[in-house]
Amino acid sequence: MRKFKEFIIEKLILFCGLASIFFVVLIFLFLLKEGLTVFKTVNPFKFLFGKNWYPISEPAQLGILPLILGSLLVTVGAAVISIPIGVACAIYIAEVTPLKIKEILKAGIELLAAIPSVVLGFIGMVTLVPWVKSIFKLPTGLTALSGSIMLAFMAIPTIVSIAEDALYSVPKSYKEGALALGATHWQTIWRVMLPAASSGILAAVMLGIGRVIGETMAVMMITGNAAVIPHSILQPVRTLTATIAAEMGEAVVGSEHFFALFAIGIVLFMISFAINVTADLFLHKKK
Amino acid sequence: MMINSKRAEKIAFFFLFLATLLIVVPVGMIIVIIIQKGLPAINWQFLSDIPRQGMRAGGIFPVIVGTVYLVLGAIAFALPIGLLAAIYLSEHARDNLLNRLIKLAIVNLAGVPSVVYGLFGLALFVVFFKFGASILSGSLTLGIMILPIIITTSREALESVPYSFREVSLSLGASKWQTIRRIVLPNAIPGILTGTILGLGRAAGETAPILFTVAAFYLPQLPKSIFDQAMALPYHLYVISTQVPNVDEKIRYGTALVLLTLVLFMNLVAIIIRYRFRKKKKW
Amino acid sequence: MVKFQIQDLNIWFGSTHALKNLNLEIESNEILSIIGPANSGKTTFLRMLNRLNELEINFKMDGKVELDKKDIKAIDTQILRKKIGMVFALPLPLPLSIFDNVAYGTKLHGIINKKKLQEIVEAALKEAFLWEEVKDRLNISAFKLSGGQQQRLCIARTLAVEPEVILFDEPCSGLDPISTAKVEEAMLKLKQNYTLVLVTNNVKQAARVGDRTAFFLSSELIEVDKTEKIFTAPSDQRTDDYIRGKFG
Repeated sequence: MRKFKEFIIEKLILFCGLASIFFVVLIFLFLLKEGLTVFKTVNPFKFLFGKNWYPISEPAQLGILPLILGSLLVTVGAAVISIPIGVACAIYIAEVTPLKIKEILKAGIELLAAIPSVVLGFIGMVTLVPWVKSIFKLPTGLTALSGSIMLAFMAIPTIVSIAEDALYSVPKSYKEGALALGATHWQTIWRVMLPAASSGILAAVMLGIGRVIGETMAVMMITGNAAVIPHSILQPVRTLTATIAAEMGEAVVGSEHFFALFAIGIVLFMISFAINVTADLFLHKKK
Repeated sequence: MMINSKRAEKIAFFFLFLATLLIVVPVGMIIVIIIQKGLPAINWQFLSDIPRQGMRAGGIFPVIVGTVYLVLGAIAFALPIGLLAAIYLSEHARDNLLNRLIKLAIVNLAGVPSVVYGLFGLALFVVFFKFGASILSGSLTLGIMILPIIITTSREALESVPYSFREVSLSLGASKWQTIRRIVLPNAIPGILTGTILGLGRAAGETAPILFTVAAFYLPQLPKSIFDQAMALPYHLYVISTQVPNVDEKIRYGTALVLLTLVLFMNLVAIIIRYRFRKKKKW
Repeated sequence: MVKFQIQDLNIWFGSTHALKNLNLEIESNEILSIIGPANSGKTTFLRMLNRLNELEINFKMDGKVELDKKDIKAIDTQILRKKIGMVFALPLPLPLSIFDNVAYGTKLHGIINKKKLQEIVEAALKEAFLWEEVKDRLNISAFKLSGGQQQRLCIARTLAVEPEVILFDEPCSGLDPISTAKVEEAMLKLKQNYTLVLVTNNVKQAARVGDRTAFFLSSELIEVDKTEKIFTAPSDQRTDDYIRGKFG
């Protein structure tokens, strides 16, 4: 009897172990099920590279290029801001701060990561957006730049904590060896530790960018939601994520618009899949 | 030569410090602003009253309740499955194809954009299973979303129990499961608790997954069953900031403050538990 | 009477041939000491007897091991490990009180009556020569005991499940001479009721305690004989060299 109970428990544990594979596959399948339907009526090429996104006009135009470019612009902007600051902060925490402050800073970064994106979107709306508007003398502060700045904030905790881990796991002997040869602390960091931790830092950056690409609420609230091809960072844009969030409420279930939004979901899923797999490879390569 | 490199170091460290400041200061400012402008709105009435005048006045009680229901539902789903999955991974440490696939899947689940979870929840629970927009759909969607957090933190907690304890238990004639139940799990509880609270915090703050699966724009009475829709803090904040004009600034900041406090408090508790657990380990 | 019969035993971990063509008999109520340099296969052999080896990655075996004429592979591991107890190299108390440590195995096998448990715990602690030192503080954490006391606690823990065989894997390697002496004293007394197999790096301990001594080298059993003979006139030159400390 006890043997039977053990057997059941073992199988249950195995079943739950497989659950994560099951869910990933399930998510992908359902996205495909709904999303691929749109390609019955829309040419995939036109979808991916079409320049006009007017889903509710008659006939609907479903080209997501402006959305892709919107996401790209905001992401690149966020990357430019967050990578240097994030890596610098990681170095500072890992190598320069004394132990006691380190724990507090790390906890602080973790808390920053926990701030809900809708809260950051709200704050961005009431502080950052008016500020951008007045500094650059724009008709509106709802721009890609505002989005980039806020998203940088959301990427930084990810970059800092993973990069800091990477620096922390550089073998002590590397550091001690360099210092013993007369290098300054900074020279040791710059010439020995950073290269040694490079794959981990790269993974940190990738995961941070991955988080930015997937962001929805903050961008929806501060980038302006204009689904047009952007010409500068100081104008409103629309990202892939914001499109889904903003329009799903109005799309009729089973309509072409509905399926088109799922198709965007497929694109997002594949991008994040690619980024996460690659970043994970980098994280485990150094081991 | 020596002096130059010392100066270079000083300059470099200054910039590093600046970068850190650039992060810490704005965050501090954000928190201060929210507290400053939101605190005036917080009183017992705000927390216990229903929204009135099209959400321009009154309180956020049903919103808070909705969030509580969703979060509890999410953890009811994610904790058992996540814990058992973590047990699987910690007890079957072989580096074979299946285990690598499982770990890859977890990494991916963790990275899926939250709005894609929303789409998935819509397609599977709302439409396919016909649960409709409901607490059930929302909880299940959030549950799958926080599964990676539960699995990863629980697994770390389980693996921190020294292997030698397991060996001792087995050498006395215990089965694998008896060993897990009597030795490994009890000593991993603080770590598992940490993960659970972090998961709860995450579920409480997410908007996109609940947009199409449960969130109601305005529902003055409390939901009566899991098949009802519900209001929730993150969605409510979004709505009163962008969809409803002329909402008193106080109420917006007040809602933001409640949400922020809830989430940060949970994360802080989790961090403290984890810190004390690491210090107090008896082995 | 023969307790264990080992025939043509070979063990591999992946491609490493950890034990080669082992043939050995272990008698009831004897103390068999096993000596040899590091990586000679002693611990691999010991852990085969209670099938702990099977938990290792890429474990493979060939040959037969019989306990009381029954193939140990055919015996359920939980029952087998109740009959064969093990004391490890480092004292490994479980994160429980002294009482709960000793009672752990007993509770596993279904005994939950409080009075019976108390009797069993007391008897086991007495057999391990630890009762007098801890009888007033059975509820404190086992980690509060000294190294030597913890090790005797581990012995008591194994005794509480009423085994027939006790395996010792270098039990005194972390202990001071006085604790070592106490553990050895316990072993000599235990011989009356149990069969003991002792793996040790301390050649002199093997001589003090073992009825027979086996010498392992490079995954093979070189020779096994009465302790006196091994230490005065061994048959193999390598045994002699090892005992004299010419290598190790």
